[in-house]
Amino acid sequence: MSFSTIISAAVEGLNVELIRVEADVSNGLPVFHMVGYLSSEVKEASERVRTAIRNSGFTFPAKRTVINLSPATVRKRGASFDLPIAAAILLSLGELEKSPDGNCLIIGELGLDGKVRKVPGILPIVMEAKARGITRCVVPEENVREGMLVPGMEVLGVKSLEETADIVSGRKKPRPAKIRKKSISDGKLPEDDFSEVRGQENVRRAAELAVAGGHNLLLIGSPGSGKTMTARCIAGILPPPDREESMEITKIYSVSGLLDEREPLIGQRPFRSVHHTATRAALTGGGLIPKPGEISLAHGGVLFLDELPEFRKGVLEVLRQPLEKKSIQISRAHGNYSFPADFMLVAAMNPCPCGCYPDMQRCTCTPAQIQAYIGRISQPFLDRIDICAESSRVEFGELTGEDKAEGSAQIRERVCRAREIQKVRYRDAGIHVNSMLEGENLKKYCELGPAGKKMMEQAFDVLKLSARAYYRVLKVARTAADLSGEEKIREEHLREALGYRTVDRKYWGRQKI
Amino acid sequence: MMTEQMKKSGTSDEIKPEYEFWLAGLPIPAGKKYSLRMHMKTAEAVYYIEETEISEIRFLTDWERNTIRKAQRTKDLAEAYEESREKGIRFVPWFSREYPACLLQIPDFPYALYVKGRLPDGNARRAAIVGARKCTPYGEKYAIEFGRKLAESGVEVISGLARGVDGMGQRGALMGKGRTFAVLGSGVDICYPREHMGLYVDILDQGGGILSEYPPGTPPLPRNFPPRNRIISGLSDAVLVMEARVKSGSLITADLALEQGRDVYALPGPVNSELSRGCNRLIQQGAGILLSPEMLLDEWNLPVPKPGDGESENKKMLETPENLVYSCLGLYPKDVDRLAKETELSARELISVLVSLELQGYIKELSKNHYIRVK
Repeated sequence: MSFSTIISAAVEGLNVELIRVEADVSNGLPVFHMVGYLSSEVKEASERVRTAIRNSGFTFPAKRTVINLSPATVRKRGASFDLPIAAAILLSLGELEKSPDGNCLIIGELGLDGKVRKVPGILPIVMEAKARGITRCVVPEENVREGMLVPGMEVLGVKSLEETADIVSGRKKPRPAKIRKKSISDGKLPEDDFSEVRGQENVRRAAELAVAGGHNLLLIGSPGSGKTMTARCIAGILPPPDREESMEITKIYSVSGLLDEREPLIGQRPFRSVHHTATRAALTGGGLIPKPGEISLAHGGVLFLDELPEFRKGVLEVLRQPLEKKSIQISRAHGNYSFPADFMLVAAMNPCPCGCYPDMQRCTCTPAQIQAYIGRISQPFLDRIDICAESSRVEFGELTGEDKAEGSAQIRERVCRAREIQKVRYRDAGIHVNSMLEGENLKKYCELGPAGKKMMEQAFDVLKLSARAYYRVLKVARTAADLSGEEKIREEHLREALGYRTVDRKYWGRQKI
Repeated sequence: MMTEQMKKSGTSDEIKPEYEFWLAGLPIPAGKKYSLRMHMKTAEAVYYIEETEISEIRFLTDWERNTIRKAQRTKDLAEAYEESREKGIRFVPWFSREYPACLLQIPDFPYALYVKGRLPDGNARRAAIVGARKCTPYGEKYAIEFGRKLAESGVEVISGLARGVDGMGQRGALMGKGRTFAVLGSGVDICYPREHMGLYVDILDQGGGILSEYPPGTPPLPRNFPPRNRIISGLSDAVLVMEARVKSGSLITADLALEQGRDVYALPGPVNSELSRGCNRLIQQGAGILLSPEMLLDEWNLPVPKPGDGESENKKMLETPENLVYSCLGLYPKDVDRLAKETELSARELISVLVSLELQGYIKELSKNHYIRVK
């Protein structure tokens, strides 16, 4: 047999394309040709494959070898085609007694010694394979657990090219993969616990509200007031993701090659802290071959931006669309890519460059400096933040005090209960948290009693709320009501929501006279 | 005596305003301009001064001579003068009958004033309200209150249109339906700081004036501000300092006022407040103490207005927790955590009470979760 085909797959963004790897070995000048819209990493496969075949104890005859990866319209990248190419050649050479049926997918990178190495994106590949009717996947040993997250698929892990040949040709029974029960890294909670946050009752409550309703949160406070600490603690009060969400998060991490091979399924919501030197592409994802950026890696969890005004202006503005649409579209010459980006934004900043405003006794900034500092955050960006709270300086007594505050576990319990209420309520609305309420739904689920209406009317005038701010307050009030397990939004919920409203930039730090 | 002499020299010759306008616009010290004009008799003569003659004038430095020589090359003097007139800016040189008499009493009086709107009335009482640009709500509140009450009794408020106390004092005067005058460190056609454009317009609308000794178009250079303080104090009968640090422009103004023989008053403040330390020191050194605008009006034998609406102390009964929180708040901002400690309320209750007070207009959120009392 001189012609053979193996099925493999390529990852484009989060989408998977099945690729047919065709090999033809025939008489003629001894050349090794590879075609099929290949990037340079795939072209380099020729050297790896030839050497690996020889080093695995097979002979590589001096014949004309042609490899084609089809469809030729899809750009092939990465080293994951090494193993299918090698397998196709071996099949053409007759080294495999039995050809694998059309229902087997092979993927993996080869070392020169014939060892198979791990590749990124196994989870989405296996998922796609299953959807396309493939029943067997041969993947690198290191990726086997990840592949096995997809139920109803026979995933075989291989260590070397030789083993691959044995298994595919049926010479050797595949080793039954050990299914570890604990492939979910679930109970592991982050180290930072709210019990270690001293004082700061105000911020703790704001964080609880924000997480319970999926609201974006802005923490303002002087340096050393524990903004960063509080933000990190938020990771510990996020409700656990369900299986579906876990798979989605894992898929993104799989494509980015960030999975733990022993416990591949991500069982907790991600917390991504981004430094303010980050570029636009780092946040949104990008590059010539778009990869998920920080906002996608924070999908289902929290994106934390410390020192918000220090971010370059354009960088913050790119977050606006994902914050609304919960996904990001990246357009490149090669095509459009879409990554999920349903994250909760937590941001922290100082009130002014020196951090002491509005304490005029200590603040050393000029009004112009404060304005310029605040001015780095645009109003449209602030409009997307529902909750804003100030964290104050911790006093010595609190720092050294023995009494511990309420821990993350208790807060998490309350948050979970509130989220459950929302899930049930929004079953048919196509959303899952209060922060996603919009238009008709907002009116329907945030109805106010006469007293509440009157109060909001007053608030609208006295506090000079904008229409946008008004709706944000309603959403947060809804969350406050859910946290206390009440069906109706009452005045106290509204008052609390008003207390945590985001200040309009034009009234912030500026004295209008 | 000096005034007599000046008046004479001002009226004796025929005055050509474009030349006077040109001379006043020269960037040399006011005193030198005055001497130069005395020496040459008219501004026109200064414009046509010969090279040999100019080098014989002993009181000029080389730099000043050069400046004059350069300025002599300016053509279109009439055009420049007309242009400023079209902008509604009046040119008031020292020998003009309009020039405020009180200014002529001070040493180093400005050579000329450029005026938009009116000049202070020679017969009314005039008080300057000055203080820190970065003031606390305490200074702000009393700047407004003094401005308003004094204006209501017909006192004209002089200040510098600056951020903080200055602007607040003038805003207060406008609230009291009075006249107020702003002395700028830039040309009168430039509003600095820009965010006080509303105040600038209102001052003019309400019959006040914008003054400067700098020709129109002069940018607000830092070095222009200390000299303008002498005009603020010079125009006033008394200088009221609301809030000032120990080393501050406001204290310089107070010193100038003393040199000029004006009264100085200071608003006392907490001894631990940086921004009241300057005022407290002034009081220690013998400045008048500002306990209330009424007291000052009484001292000046001016009618004390009867307390009108909204003047009465806050007598409305508040509910218990609201009362508790309200009583913990003052004119210096306090944050929620500190209030929580003082009132021993939980964050949730406290926020609720604060918002309720805010909605009723008793308190104000100054920056996120920092509150002050407003009523």
